[in-house]
Amino acid sequence: MHLRCTDVQFAFDLVMPGSYIGVMPRRDPVNDPLSSLRSMLEIRRFEEAVEELFSRGLLHGTMHLSIGQEAVAEGVCATLQTGDFITSTHRGHGHTLAHGADPTTMMAELLQKNTGYCRGRGGSMHIADVKNGNLGANGIVAGSMTIAVGAALSQQMIGTDKVVVCFFGDGAANEGAFHESLNLAKVWDLPVVYVCENNQYGMSMSQDRSTAGGSVAARAAAYGMPGETVDGNDVEAVCLASLEAVERARSGGGPTLLECITYRYRGHSKSDRNLYRTQEEIEDWRDNRDPIQRFIGKCVEDGRLSNEQVTAAESAARESLRRAVSEAFAAPDADPADLEGAAYA
Amino acid sequence: MAELSYRDAVAHGIAQEMRRDPQLVMLGEDIAGAGGVFKTTVGLLDQFGPDRVRDTPISEQAILGAAMGAAMTGVPVIAEIMFSDFLAVCFDIVANEMAKSRYMTGGQMSVPVVVRTANGGGSRFGAQHSQSVENWCMMIPGLKVVAPSTPSDVVGLLAASIRDPDPVVFFEHKSLMASKGEVPDGEVIDELGKAKIVREGSDATIVALAYMVPRALEAADRLAEDGIDAEVIDLRTLVPLDTNAILTSVTKTSRAFTVEENPRLCGWGAEIASIVAHEAFWDLDGPVVRITTPHIPLPAAEALEDMAIPSVDRIVTTVKENLD
Ligand SMILES: Cc1ncc(C[n+]2csc(CCOP(=O)(O)OP(=O)(O)O)c2C)c(N)n1
Ligand SMILES: [Mg+2]
Repeated sequence: MHLRCTDVQFAFDLVMPGSYIGVMPRRDPVNDPLSSLRSMLEIRRFEEAVEELFSRGLLHGTMHLSIGQEAVAEGVCATLQTGDFITSTHRGHGHTLAHGADPTTMMAELLQKNTGYCRGRGGSMHIADVKNGNLGANGIVAGSMTIAVGAALSQQMIGTDKVVVCFFGDGAANEGAFHESLNLAKVWDLPVVYVCENNQYGMSMSQDRSTAGGSVAARAAAYGMPGETVDGNDVEAVCLASLEAVERARSGGGPTLLECITYRYRGHSKSDRNLYRTQEEIEDWRDNRDPIQRFIGKCVEDGRLSNEQVTAAESAARESLRRAVSEAFAAPDADPADLEGAAYA
Repeated sequence: MAELSYRDAVAHGIAQEMRRDPQLVMLGEDIAGAGGVFKTTVGLLDQFGPDRVRDTPISEQAILGAAMGAAMTGVPVIAEIMFSDFLAVCFDIVANEMAKSRYMTGGQMSVPVVVRTANGGGSRFGAQHSQSVENWCMMIPGLKVVAPSTPSDVVGLLAASIRDPDPVVFFEHKSLMASKGEVPDGEVIDELGKAKIVREGSDATIVALAYMVPRALEAADRLAEDGIDAEVIDLRTLVPLDTNAILTSVTKTSRAFTVEENPRLCGWGAEIASIVAHEAFWDLDGPVVRITTPHIPLPAAEALEDMAIPSVDRIVTTVKENLD
């Protein structure tokens, strides 16, 4: 038997009658698996395209791929509404797409085009999509963690029911900003959902070697907020945990810390020879616990998806990415004539 | 007109803007009931309540990050960092986040934050509570930098800073807190990027900021006794910088001096000297001269601190020596 997203809302009503404020999640991997599958495939294909363009010398600068971590971005963003806020990280393509960004405009940014989200001023590490509530990726580890607190403060003060999801890595949990952020968010009971994307490494440093206590979620207790460890490669599990946390935040119950255990298949960034981990470890995660394959396998097995639907979704994702890349390539380059514009209002 | 102290002018200016904009919020340590370590926020809690005048934990990164996040999403913020030295603790937010967000996102976001902070020496507090760090902020594209020297400038420039859509770092000078001056009645709004000629003269231009302005003025009075007629410019804002006012004055006087509390290397006076050398070279009758603190951490002992920070005597002697 599967828990349904709507069951969680129902459960909320049982525990706190009338507390459910009626904001429906935008996607539901449990009851409408196709939309979440499409979303994860879109992220995977997008990043594979980025990787390929990079290796062919067609895309420059740097990028951090989240291939293997798609269930976290999708599981969390599925529970949000357009206009809810997210803050993201250097590894942010997945969050950005799952929160509604247009892949063509994103690709244009990576290809240094004037039609990109930031008109070429940002690049991979600084994509923001403010219209959709994405306050931006960040090149500073934990750099957006305190900003999320402010976005939540403004929503509390204005009196909206918007929530702020703050994505960060396992490495970021050892920055001072992490602690200042969680403390203040709880002191003011702000609508923040902290999502630690624990891919088990910060560059070459494994979480075992970097993290006293061994758990990020356990740190929630120190700040008096609920903390939960989630299988980050199970999009339904992420979704259910996120739904509860988002619901808590929306209804004034304050912040939650979710730690989603996942794994990145690719190197930290373009230059990484994986000297800090074994090939077997990478293959084990890739071949046995891939979030997309797991989700497909489960849904096909229990009849929620047919093989035809999966094949169609896969080719649709490939096709739409191909279109995004060619449209982005055709766009005009970032405009040097406006080099100094936007530094100030 | 009413006479106000510099410290009271801060609360006065903030109150003016909080009345105008009911969204405007203050964040900082000990700013609410305690009225601020320098008593610059006394009375604001009573007028605007604990929701809008918020005491925060001792978390400078969170103060500025929260200020920025709120400002980006509809709630403009005045954030206080108790001593400007503590900007080093949260400089990521200042230098990498607030300053760059508009540009990095191709103009998608505005960060209407004013970071108020107590700056400067003269209080015998030692090297971690006495620095003048306006030059740290001046060198970062995306920030505006303001440092008033009088109560009426405090009120007017605060208003201008708060209404500015970009992040502004607003330096309040500790040694000016007790100084007094007339503040016009009614709403006072000034303009960023406009220097003031606070004393007209024809023989030399002395460019000063904040606490160095009254010292430069006193030095000019003493120089006048010796027949030297100095013009004194109060820069008021470093970014935007009123280069026009400086160059016009130097063209008239043919000599330029800067008086700054920044340590010798890379103080803002160096930037002014470079601009003057480049753009008014042929109008100059002699080198541009900087009067600065030496390149040392500031000492606590009175005799030492007084020796370090440019004094009226040092300004007078330096100008005289160089005009001979
Ligand atoms: C303040 C800061 N320190 C160091 C870096 C360099 N750096 C970039 S990403 C990274 C690892 C971050 O690890 P984690 O938070 O686990 O995120 P992941 O890369 O695994 O997604 C480091 C050290 C940085 N960008 N910012
Ligand atoms: Mg990591």
